[in-house]
Amino acid sequence: MARAEDVVERRCAITGIGQSEIGRRLGRDPLELTLEACLAAVDDAGLTLADVDGLSTYPGPMAVPSGAGAYEVIDALRLNVGWYDSGVETSGQLGSVIKACLAVGAGLADHVICFRSVWEGSAQGAGGRASLGPGGSGTGGGIPKATGITEWSLPFGSASPANWVAMFAQAHMHRYGTTEEQLAQVALNARRNAARNPKAIYRDPMTLEDYLGARMITTPLRLFDCDVPCDGATAFVVSRRELAGDLRQPPVAVEAMGSAMHDRPSWDQVADLTRLVGADAATQMWSRTSLTPADVDVAEIYDGFSYLTMLWLEAIGLCPVGESGPFIEGGERIALDGPLPLNTQGGQLSGGRLHGYGFLHEAVVQLRGDGGERQVPGRPQVAAVAAGGGYTCGCMLLTAGG
Amino acid sequence: MRILPELNDKNRHFWQGGQEGRLVLLRCRRCGYYLHPPSPICPRDRSTDIGPEAVSGLGTVASFTVNHHPWLPVPLPYVIGLVELAEQPALRLTTDIVGCEPDDVRIGMEVSVVFEHHADPDGDVWLPLFEPVGGAVGGSSGAG
Repeated sequence: MARAEDVVERRCAITGIGQSEIGRRLGRDPLELTLEACLAAVDDAGLTLADVDGLSTYPGPMAVPSGAGAYEVIDALRLNVGWYDSGVETSGQLGSVIKACLAVGAGLADHVICFRSVWEGSAQGAGGRASLGPGGSGTGGGIPKATGITEWSLPFGSASPANWVAMFAQAHMHRYGTTEEQLAQVALNARRNAARNPKAIYRDPMTLEDYLGARMITTPLRLFDCDVPCDGATAFVVSRRELAGDLRQPPVAVEAMGSAMHDRPSWDQVADLTRLVGADAATQMWSRTSLTPADVDVAEIYDGFSYLTMLWLEAIGLCPVGESGPFIEGGERIALDGPLPLNTQGGQLSGGRLHGYGFLHEAVVQLRGDGGERQVPGRPQVAAVAAGGGYTCGCMLLTAGG
Repeated sequence: MRILPELNDKNRHFWQGGQEGRLVLLRCRRCGYYLHPPSPICPRDRSTDIGPEAVSGLGTVASFTVNHHPWLPVPLPYVIGLVELAEQPALRLTTDIVGCEPDDVRIGMEVSVVFEHHADPDGDVWLPLFEPVGGAVGGSSGAG
């Protein structure tokens, strides 16, 4: 157990949340969407831009379309920052929020804007999804060559994280007897919840037959096991906790966070193909709090691919290792009125690929009791949030109240 | 159409070893640990005395997926596999499983390397693919 004074994230609260317009292909300037979310979060907190003295984002400017980088936003809003950071080599998308908590906990800033902005919908609309496979680099104008981490996968047609996660899922099915019908529950649960979320991308009802009848992408993953690319931005304000009480919203406190990685940063060389490297982050998170998995009232867990949610359930200890299949079977346990409501906004599978940040946003909504039609009954007090897959994983535990 | 690896001094042993029918990985000359992907230092004993060495080319299918999506302009479906090499636990190659029907691929299946030659102006490449031990039994090809 970490010493209480070392758990600096407990000096932090999430005081503001904001989301831009979200849509499959909005055709809007991604920086404009980003600023829309950032300003909404600052306003939600009851702060002004003059109060903001920090900024953190994932992943920063990249070849694969990301909405905006740190410098663009700092300049557009003329922020005076005591601390800022941006980058993709971190413990998943939440790594950027985890770093913001470290900065606030260390006194480098009082109010940090965190944002993740996605622009994949429009980008893929222009080029087609197949053209967005992890890239190669050209050598002299011919067919591009595979370089970097793609060198060892792309020549074999292993072109997408869908392929990599599919092989993890296949290994889990082989070892634990996990079934396709169990896997389906992640997608079916997300779709049920999305029907109650006006901002979700896919809201039409989906049956098990619809799911199984959809085209196979890469066995055992079908179309609805893959999240839906969209345009949109999500932002938070992470504040020093003693400043949070005077603000507009009931603060949501950061109880603990986890960033550990005790395995190789690799998609194919990890020690155990059926274990998420995020289990190390989760173990670390639990070592920083007296709460336990039994205290979790609502879980908002990454579903870039459905199977990743199952892996995270095991990694966080919300079900025993190897038993995520039976745990979600039938879907009752993870339904909105079940003992462990999961991905209450529709996840990324139906809500849209807001890339990790959508889960943290929804956790705050639920802990504030602002879920409206999709509010988890009984005023949830503790939310587990996890994002990432493969080896890029981070997780957080939030509690209601300051 | 394959997207070929960009050759450099760190990877030629791997991508061109097939010219002589050999699957070649880097190995620590001091403790015998295989390094993949290539690295200038042995993670086990921190030795930098490292060099290329042929392995048996035998392994087992640790996992696989039958890919049906046209990420690349290649015939579908094809089987992507993770092959764990016989020499060392968790020493795996991402590869294609060929020489059998996609439906016949199983986790735990014993496989052996077979090389697919690609002529290229930047330097020829021999991709290490894997087929069931005992040779091809069907008409399946990789992502070529």
